[in-house]
Formats: sequence, structure tokens, C-alpha cells
Amino acid sequence: MTRKETTERRPPVAPSSTPSAPRPTPGPSPVPPQAGPQSAVAQRDPSRFAPHLERRHAFGTVFAIACLLATMLAIVVLFALLIDIFRDGTGRLSREFLTGLPSRFPGRAGIGAALSGSVWTLVLTAIVAFPLGVGTAIWLEEYARESRFKSLIETNIANLAGVPSIVYGILGLAVFVRAFALGRSILAASFTLALLILPVIIIASQEAIKAVPNTIRLGAYALGATKWETIRHHVFPMSLPGILTGTILALSRAIGEAAPVILIGALGFMAFVPNDPLDQFTVIPFQIYSWISRPQAGFHEIAAAASIVLLVLLLTMNAAAIWLRNRYTRRY
Amino acid sequence: MSTAAITVPPGPVELETRDLSVLYGETRALRSVSIKIPDRRVVAFIGPSGCGKSTLLRCFNRMNDLIPGARIEGEALFQGQNLYAHDMDAVDVRRRIGMVFQKPNPFPKSIYDNVAFGPRVNGFRGNMEDLVEHSLHRAALWDEVKDRLDASALTLSGGQQQRLCIARALAVEPEVLLMDEPASALDPIATQKIEDLIYQLKQDYTVVIVTHNMQQAARVSEFTAFLYIGELVEYGPTQDLFTNPREERTEAYITGRFG
Repeated sequence: MTRKETTERRPPVAPSSTPSAPRPTPGPSPVPPQAGPQSAVAQRDPSRFAPHLERRHAFGTVFAIACLLATMLAIVVLFALLIDIFRDGTGRLSREFLTGLPSRFPGRAGIGAALSGSVWTLVLTAIVAFPLGVGTAIWLEEYARESRFKSLIETNIANLAGVPSIVYGILGLAVFVRAFALGRSILAASFTLALLILPVIIIASQEAIKAVPNTIRLGAYALGATKWETIRHHVFPMSLPGILTGTILALSRAIGEAAPVILIGALGFMAFVPNDPLDQFTVIPFQIYSWISRPQAGFHEIAAAASIVLLVLLLTMNAAAIWLRNRYTRRY
Repeated sequence: MSTAAITVPPGPVELETRDLSVLYGETRALRSVSIKIPDRRVVAFIGPSGCGKSTLLRCFNRMNDLIPGARIEGEALFQGQNLYAHDMDAVDVRRRIGMVFQKPNPFPKSIYDNVAFGPRVNGFRGNMEDLVEHSLHRAALWDEVKDRLDASALTLSGGQQQRLCIARALAVEPEVLLMDEPASALDPIATQKIEDLIYQLKQDYTVVIVTHNMQQAARVSEFTAFLYIGELVEYGPTQDLFTNPREERTEAYITGRFG
């Protein structure tokens, strides 16, 4: 690779064919450009350049290797983590574990209540966050005029994306659990997690909407379409793959969160499977946390098994994101 | 303001501007332009980049409304009615005055849906399949796409895409077709097809075409307007303008001395 570039970038040896250098009337015999004292137009003096090609290419190689090492480091750490979890947890995975309820004995404890709680929370969070996030993004990108108000909102959204999740937990406790009197319910947790991921969904959706070429909007307007029709038939469908990917990645973050759910009041020992949005609940990350903080080794093993379940759930969601993206992109 | 060399074309007037100026913020893109576009003729706007010819074109279907900070002064009339009157709906104006853009911009949907979109949103109640076929015929594209109407419009070549955009514009049955350098992104053969098409379209439509290509203006148009730095310098029958320009600036431009 490097060698090929070197040969291609070598400066032309015979520059006589370059048309950009106009010369005074050509004499009967071709005169080298540097011969005449007044040939300032086509002055060529190779000694004024020090290309150091080998050094420059070497620098590129070093940089590429450094980037490769950075990548490898991340992958190695990830694999070490995965191997550790799978070694501890695989033995404990079983149908009973997936459906069982917590127990004082690690051998009998299951993840059923937490898995169910996580799926409930996930679905409700998505139902709340998706329309709010996409609606906000469409308003900001398609309707709002450039103004200080708009940039104020955008700055705030960007800042909210960086607020620690535990702060959202405090907010959820104050607003949804107490003020709205939802109690320590799945619904209160879903609203809280929806707020947490809203900024991410909005920003991802805005980027997806921005990526729709303006010529498409102009084309639709020029046919006598209204703004709503242009958004409904062109802008939204074209940005949907990006919106869905952003939303699902944001939801992946939500189901991995323990801190805000603890503040909302998820149960450390959940003895029944929830079947109503106003039921009390727990989620897998919190279940993992409460098991891992016990002294017995048996609980550490089922915590690893629960981590595997959580990872599989996350991978499934990411696969769904890719599948949806391909499906909606292929249609065009 | 400008004492330009202007010959008013004979016959009924379809589009007209009276002392029309367009400002983008502080920049004056068009200075007090008065022009009359005759019904069912082809009129070309020529001039160097930034002379305001595209701006003038976009005034006729109110596309300038979509540019933040754009402001117009003076009047633009369509069949004698003020296009910018309060009771004029820009959406309706754009259905009646169609537009084709510089770069082909088909929707990333099927060929059929590209043509059917306009009629659908405008409440077309007739037979959609007939309308799509008819529109594609008018745009001289039917024979090339009749077997693959469900294929994505993006599988077409650049020239076919541009004719699809023309078909799409014709499907909402406009009275005027505005073309903003419709062939500048196309190869010579595709350009030729577009030019042939323009020649046929003038039987039923008023066509206004902006072009950088003076040969093209000479080939397709009956009247030509030369604009320079936001002003209408000369306007008259195409042949007169190219063979016997009355303004020095026109002559300089068409002989290639600037622009």
C-alpha cells in the first residue's frame, strides 16, 4: 500500500506538458525554464523542497498501528469480561432460572420477576419516549425558525443528554412517584427512563432528519404538497431508519440502568411477577446488583447468569435495530 | 429604473412582474425587474452566475417563500392575479405552476409513486393509472419504464430521472412549467431529449427555462431575457437577441467576453 502511493505521488519528471505555465515565445530550441534570468513564471528548483517521503509515510504507518492497538485493547477487555461472565453464569442458566422468583437460596432463585419487569419497563418507555422524541425532533428541524429560543432549547437538550442518570432518578421520585402519586410502579420507572433517554432520541432523530436532502423537500413543495404532506410522505419515511436506530440504542441504555430505578423504589426482593403498569417491580440490572452485593458465592454465579440474560436482551435489541434499518432502507 | 432594451412579446400574457425586487437579507438579488411572459411560449433566462435568473424564476411559484430572510418588493402576476396576494395560497400556486430543478430529484420511491404523489395529495379523483401513463408519455419516458413502474426511481439514469421529474410535474396538470437549468447535470444525448421535450411541451404549457448554455437558449426558446447583476438588461425574440443584440452588455456576454 505504502509503496504504491509513493510511486503515484512522485512529482512528474518532465513538466513540459503542464499547460498551466505559460512561457514567452518559444525559441527554436527548447530552453530549460531556470536558464533565463527573467523566467519567474515557471521557476522550478527542486532543491527548495525537502519531501522526506519515507519519514512521512512512516508516520502514517505508526499512526495506523496505534489506532489498531487502541481497537484491540477495547476488544480484549470486552472479551475478558464476556468470558468471565459466561464461565461463572452459563451453568446456572435454565428454564427454571428464567421464570423463577427470587429466593434465599441461590440454587432456587430465578430471574422471572426481574425479566418481566425489564420487558414491561422497556415497552412502556418506548411508547412514551418515541412519539415525544420524534415529535420534538420534527418540530425543531422542520417547523422552528432559527431563533434564540430554538438554540436555547437545543442547548438544553444537549446538556440534558449529559445529566447523570441518578439525577433523573431523583426527579422521577419527586415528580412521578410522589407528585403524580404513581407510587413505586412500573409506570413511574418508565416515565423516568423515558425522560432519561429523550435527549438521545431527539438528537439522533434530528440528525436523521437533517440527512434528508433539501432537494426532496423542494421537489414535494413544487408539486403542491403542504408541509405536513412533505413530512408525512418524504421526510419522515426517509429518516425513519436513522430514527429507529437511535431510539433502539437509547432503549438499550434504558434497560441497562440501575441507578434511577433504585431511587424510584424497585424492589430488591420481588416475590411475584408484575402484570399491571401500576404494580411494584424490579429490573434485571438491579437484581444483578442486589445479588452481587451478597456474600455467598452462589449468588455471584446467578448474578453472572442474569448478566448473560441482560446481554442477550441487549444483543436482540441491537439486532432488531439493524434489521429495521435494512428493511426500511431496502424499500427505496 | 433601468432603461433596458425590452420588446414585449405579442399575445396573451401568462406571467408578469412589475418592478419586482428580491432581497436576501441585505443583498439585493433582483432589482426592479419588469417582464412579461407570453402564454404557451418558451422563454429563456440567460446571464452569468449570480445574475438573479433563478431568483426570478422562483418568484413565479413562490419557492422564494421557503428561503429564510427572502423578501420581495413589487408585484408578480399570474394570469393577471397577484401571486403574493393574501388570498393566494402558495400550495395552490405551486400545483398550477410546476417546477423542474437543476439536479434530478426523484423521490426514493417507485417510478409510479413518484408520478402519483402530486395528484394524490392534490385530491385527484380520476383514474390514477391512466394519469401516470399519460404523464410518462408526455415526458417521453413511458416506453423506457412501462415494464418496471414498481422499480425504484433511483435505478434510472440521470436523464431518465430528469424526465421522470418532468412527468411528475405534468401529472398535477399545471399551466406553466418552470425549469431551472434542467439539463446542466446531464450528458449531451440526455440534454437533447430534454430539449426535444421542451419543444413539444410548449403546445400546452408556458415554459420558462433558466440556462447557462446559450446554444440551448437559442435552440429551445422563442424569447430570451438577459439578466446581469440583478437587472433585466435585454428581452426580446431569441433570434434578435443573439444575432443583433441592442445592449453592449448583452453582446459582451453572448460573444463570451465575460460570464
